[in-house]
Amino acid sequence: MINLNEVLETNKMIEKENLDVRTITLGISLLDCISDSLQKLNENIYAKITETAKNLISAGCQIEKEYAIPIVNKRISVTPIALIGASACKTPEDFVTIAKTLDRAAQKVGVNFIGGYSALPSKGMTKAEKDLILSLPEALSSTERICSSVNLASTKTGINMDAVALMGKVIKKIAEATKDRDSFGCSKLVVFCNAPDDNPFMAGAFHGVTEGDTVINVGVSGPGVIRSALEEIKDADFTTLCETIKKTAFKVTRLGQLVAIEASRLLNIPFGIVDLSLAPTPIVGDSIAEILECMGLEKAGAPGTTAALAILNDQVKKGGIMASSSVGGLSGAFIPVSEDHGMIDAAACGALTIEKLEAMTCVCSVGLDMVAVPGKTSASTVSGIIADEMAIGMVNQKTTAVRIIPVVGKDVGDTAEFGGLFGRCPIMRVNPFSCDAFIARGGRIPAPIHSFKN
Amino acid sequence: MKKSIITVVGKDQIGIIAKVCSYLSESRINILDISQTIVGGYFNMMMIVDLNESQKNFLQISDGLEALGKGIGCIIKIQMEDIFNEMQRL
Repeated sequence: MINLNEVLETNKMIEKENLDVRTITLGISLLDCISDSLQKLNENIYAKITETAKNLISAGCQIEKEYAIPIVNKRISVTPIALIGASACKTPEDFVTIAKTLDRAAQKVGVNFIGGYSALPSKGMTKAEKDLILSLPEALSSTERICSSVNLASTKTGINMDAVALMGKVIKKIAEATKDRDSFGCSKLVVFCNAPDDNPFMAGAFHGVTEGDTVINVGVSGPGVIRSALEEIKDADFTTLCETIKKTAFKVTRLGQLVAIEASRLLNIPFGIVDLSLAPTPIVGDSIAEILECMGLEKAGAPGTTAALAILNDQVKKGGIMASSSVGGLSGAFIPVSEDHGMIDAAACGALTIEKLEAMTCVCSVGLDMVAVPGKTSASTVSGIIADEMAIGMVNQKTTAVRIIPVVGKDVGDTAEFGGLFGRCPIMRVNPFSCDAFIARGGRIPAPIHSFKN
Repeated sequence: MKKSIITVVGKDQIGIIAKVCSYLSESRINILDISQTIVGGYFNMMMIVDLNESQKNFLQISDGLEALGKGIGCIIKIQMEDIFNEMQRL
């Protein structure tokens, strides 16, 4: 039988160490909404989302009460809209109407974000995919709740450099379109290599075509719990360190599994996956950088950071895999700069640079995430940064991503303020040398060889 | 039978257990196990209870206990037992 110490430990994690369920994300396939009439398509999308997700918020609130565990976000992901709108949308403006429909549907059911305003041009780009990408400045500046992602590369297809070049220009335009809010629009767009079909975390969530009609995916979070466990073993060796992270990750993931199964039961929607990612928030005690510091680094970004992050990422997975039979999504430690107060401090004092972040992305989840750079950064430099990150993902057979914000009117020394869970970010220095001619080449970088691993 | 766990945390004083137990008795909630300890002057109690006979639903009981806690200066929570079983047992 459960004893008092076990109960107190679990509740301490929730109350003092910010253990929470970061998101319950309801994936909805919109494939059956497709029509060649734009009006009919918009009606179908609105009806399907509002009907399928009508009980999402109430089910989430019931679970919060039953287990006294905060569920921070309830969200929706849909089939990539470039596929859904391909038949009806002839122009970028047509796609914007779908963005507005998604925004209305999200507002109606009470979710704060809806992901899947997405395109997957990792090898070639259809006209519809190009139109959707071109619609992003308008779509992201005229809606509140839309999140967008574009898969530019994969280990199987290589890197679509035409799409990489286009995204550099589009990201600059989104920054311009939302310049009155520190170019906030860019924080709702992520570009991927090897994007997973079942990621519950925004901004990159979409409901892949390999998924069923509807699915419940859950993302748990507990950086504070891991840090607290590590504080109790300050001088222990690496074996003990790894074991401690693994055991803690097990407990955190079991919570995710419980919530996912309960949400699935209440909504009568199949349970998909638990995402093991450790996701920070800007509040103190909910930070990945604090874990790295607790391992013995003065600041995130110091020599040893990549190794420390590799340990954290691997042990979280090892503990999580034991705890849930259905693990998926991104499943790793997130290192968004603006959303983690330890990372913000490290970037502000010069300990953390974009180049070090890039190295860190080789061993952890996602990539250059919520990184603010000077507004004067050129489109081709943004594309060059994206291409580097795509290459890391492609060669290492992992998911990598870039969510970069060239903040209009700000430069190194300034800080961009995004507010809420998006936090704030010191503008980080970008290497000033040009890659114009490299990006201007166009075409595709072929898929890498899968043998002779060195 | 779905079991739930009630936890009571607060500054130690006379009558905490009595007040919580009378609320449970009025709500026809059966107590299966009680353990308590005092750490640094703070009262920590855990009860394992069975809600099957209760005329109230889980949310009503949860709100009732929270209000009772406010009245006696304690934090009282009720949680379904699964969360502890899942996190603390293989």
